[in-house]
Amino acid sequence: MLAVDLPYWAQSLLRVLGGTVAVLLPAGTIVYIFLFKMMSFMQSRLGPMEAGPYGSMQLFAEVGKWLQKEDIQPENADKRIFRIAPLVVLVSTFLLVAVVPFGPDAYFTDFEAGIFYALAVSSISVLGILMAGWSSANKYSLLGGLRAAGQLIAYELPMVLAVIGVVIQAGTMNMQGIVERQNAGSIFGWDGLGNPYILTQFVGFLVFMIAIQAELTQAPFDMPIAESELVSGYMTEYSGFRFLMFFIAEFATVGVFTLIASVLFLGGWGVPFSWFGWSSIDDVDDWMNVVGPLIMITKMLALSFLIMWVRFSYPRLREDQLQRFAWKVLIPVSVANIMVTAILKVVF
Amino acid sequence: MAPLSNATGTTDAEVPALPGDGLREAVVADLRSNIGEALLDVRLDPGVDLWARVATESWRDAGLALRDAGFRYFCFLSAIDWMPSPFGRGEDDPSAPPPERRTEIVQGYTGGSTRFQVFARLTDIDRHVGITIKADVPDDDQAVDSWTPVYAGADWHERETHEMFGISFRGHPDLRNMYLPTDFEGHPLRKDFPLLARIVKPWPGIVDVEPLPGEPEEADTEEKGE
Amino acid sequence: MTDLIDRQKLSYIAAQAADARLNVELETEGMTLNIGPQHPATHGTLRIIVRLDGEQVVWADPSAGYMHRGYEKLVEVRTYPQVNTLINRIDWLGSFANEVPFILAAEQLMGIEAPARAQWIRAVFFELSRIANVGLFLGDLGVQLGAITPVFMAFRDREYVLNLIEGATGGRFHPNFDRIGGLKDDLPKGWIDETRQVMKKQRQFADEIEDLLFGNKIFQDRTRGIGVIPAAVAQSYGLSGANLRASGVDWDLRRDQKVALPYDQLDFKVWTHPDGDCFARCWVRLQEFREATRIVEQLLDGIPSGPVMAKVPRIIKVPEGEVYVSTENPLGEMGYYVVSQGDLGPFRVRIRTASFNNISVVPWVLRGVYVPDVISILASLYFILGDIDK
Repeated sequence: MLAVDLPYWAQSLLRVLGGTVAVLLPAGTIVYIFLFKMMSFMQSRLGPMEAGPYGSMQLFAEVGKWLQKEDIQPENADKRIFRIAPLVVLVSTFLLVAVVPFGPDAYFTDFEAGIFYALAVSSISVLGILMAGWSSANKYSLLGGLRAAGQLIAYELPMVLAVIGVVIQAGTMNMQGIVERQNAGSIFGWDGLGNPYILTQFVGFLVFMIAIQAELTQAPFDMPIAESELVSGYMTEYSGFRFLMFFIAEFATVGVFTLIASVLFLGGWGVPFSWFGWSSIDDVDDWMNVVGPLIMITKMLALSFLIMWVRFSYPRLREDQLQRFAWKVLIPVSVANIMVTAILKVVF
Repeated sequence: MAPLSNATGTTDAEVPALPGDGLREAVVADLRSNIGEALLDVRLDPGVDLWARVATESWRDAGLALRDAGFRYFCFLSAIDWMPSPFGRGEDDPSAPPPERRTEIVQGYTGGSTRFQVFARLTDIDRHVGITIKADVPDDDQAVDSWTPVYAGADWHERETHEMFGISFRGHPDLRNMYLPTDFEGHPLRKDFPLLARIVKPWPGIVDVEPLPGEPEEADTEEKGE
Repeated sequence: MTDLIDRQKLSYIAAQAADARLNVELETEGMTLNIGPQHPATHGTLRIIVRLDGEQVVWADPSAGYMHRGYEKLVEVRTYPQVNTLINRIDWLGSFANEVPFILAAEQLMGIEAPARAQWIRAVFFELSRIANVGLFLGDLGVQLGAITPVFMAFRDREYVLNLIEGATGGRFHPNFDRIGGLKDDLPKGWIDETRQVMKKQRQFADEIEDLLFGNKIFQDRTRGIGVIPAAVAQSYGLSGANLRASGVDWDLRRDQKVALPYDQLDFKVWTHPDGDCFARCWVRLQEFREATRIVEQLLDGIPSGPVMAKVPRIIKVPEGEVYVSTENPLGEMGYYVVSQGDLGPFRVRIRTASFNNISVVPWVLRGVYVPDVISILASLYFILGDIDK
């Protein structure tokens, strides 16, 4: 893709930089647009206005503030695990973004079982949360960690089952392949829109979005961080840089999950190939490698808007109501979705 | 048995019976029929309010009788210390000798013979009538029966009364301090427990006024006294 | 034995069984958790010690007193007008309402009747303080349950009412406007029209909150059937205000007791709900909020003209006597039992606050509920720390 043939170390460096940008840029954008500004407007206030024009530098101010705070560790805490826990949560985000394609040639890796890897790796954050909850030597953190464990494991299943519908329809687990099938496909012969799976897999899309809401512990599923009860849940004892890592991880994971969702359901980095007369992924022009990330970000912002909108509007479900919802409602629905998809795939 | 004290200073004897008049009399009659001689004194303002004093031993029985008669709403329970405060209002001039203060104990409505009295207020929601019921607390053994078997809400009120006045309640499941720390010494609402804020610093009616910096020093005669 | 009903017996047995199960079978201790005194959920410094079995509460014990200021002792060294300043601060969200029962008690002992205009204006401020107080409750309700948006609207809409109070009295939170014999001042020009506009806005706010919060399925799941307090238990604990009416007891001191305020000339509805759960309490308060705006409008239509202060001696000495006056404050029934021995100040004042009784039911109602429900129940019982702790 690049005009110059770079040695391996340079390529790796580029990949690392690209990965960092791919994780932090969505996090920053989501935090500023949705958390600072959209939430404020929904609550009829202005939000941060001081730092930079319209408060755009607020994020940097916040990062700076958190970095210069003292790193307090409770005396009874299990120091080693206490220190590693935020890293584990953040690392899982970086691992996730490795399989997200941003363009026909702009990807970090191209696994054949891309989405499978992504689903597997997304559970690592559960470990981090549990570690944070247990090692904090604080009963509130413990309660938060236990709730998180139950909730996150429960909602992994609907997420996986919703994705299976997409995989059946696409016929491949490769993320690039899924993007290609969506953009090169057609709906009943009309290919003006490609075949974004949000239309055919609407049920799967809903289940996936709800499952992500729970995986990210956003309201109405934010029992683990229920602020009015547990102060801050598993994050209570963290301060300074480590809290910043949790904070970034929370919003970065929102970004990365919505990136994955836009790949699975909205057609990823591409526009319908018929607009430019391409017929397969090899035909796609090189400029798509530059435009692709922009398209991805747009789709990501659209989906995170949904997630944040629900977050600011709804009260939170109680833990057992949450579990009941996952096991008794979401899983049967997604299983039914799989069956219908499989039948239709065979028939058509 | 003490006579009924129907004290409203009724100068106009032609006052027609106001609605609700018979109600409070009926309550008194009911109570008397239940606890008999233990009802020591009654004060009835027709159409306005009702006070009753019962013997200390029948404190709980009076509560039960009233509850069964329909006074199911528990308003509050507390105590009164009838001794006049030996500290006054804390506004005395410290340079002058302390003024003469009243020391005899005078109880209020429905009389009494001890320094402390417990009193409770109950309401009958159906008949729209309330009653204040009092009982003496014997000076030598400051304890009365607890009302927790009668009204569940008396629990907290008795804890507060105990910590503030030092009156113990026999039969209370868990008589510990309500507001104050467990190791607090003394009973604050007793009149001989001083309000330290007023003792430590007298009320500013008699305070020194410092001259502003730069002003000539005022003569010393300005300092004390008003 | 006590008037225990079956539910309490059952929950007592369940608590014992839970303890036994904890200590014997699993050989683990239940976890003892402190909710508070510094906690986002409690409206101030209330500490509740709960013993948990997993996520279920086995027993709970509120420990109040972190804000005890000793009002009953402080009023013994003050004169009657000075007491007025002090008791403003008991329930600081609806502070005019705290002054009213005390002033009425002093007036009753002195035999003074405030002029009609003063009584009507007192009633207007009384209802305004109810609107301010319950407005905050409606916003805070969302925050306790996780909906962070309504509270901003609540604060914004509450500002209108506080501006009104400030316009007439000079103080937003502590107006200190009531005097023995009447009021400090008359209303400023244009205040009545302004108030009418604000009342319309408050009704819009109530509709917004009802849309946003009460119809929400998650809110209903979190509050329906949670923390049921039967009517008999409510009465024996002395719950008052919306808590009592939500358990189905039709008792409102504005209508059912003879007070000097002109409620007998108004037409208003007393809202009750048969369920006695969290949702009932929240719902009753919402309806009372709306009803208060209508009452204010009726009052404004009918304020008589005249003086606002009766002839009262300069130095106020209240003759000997005892009186108990209670009114339907925003939080519940607030009353003052004033004992006077002919002095410049009261001999003994017993301040009967609503939240003290409302919170005394917490150990009973929290048995066997989940930790998130603890927050729902506390939010719906609605207390103010100054009211519990005096």
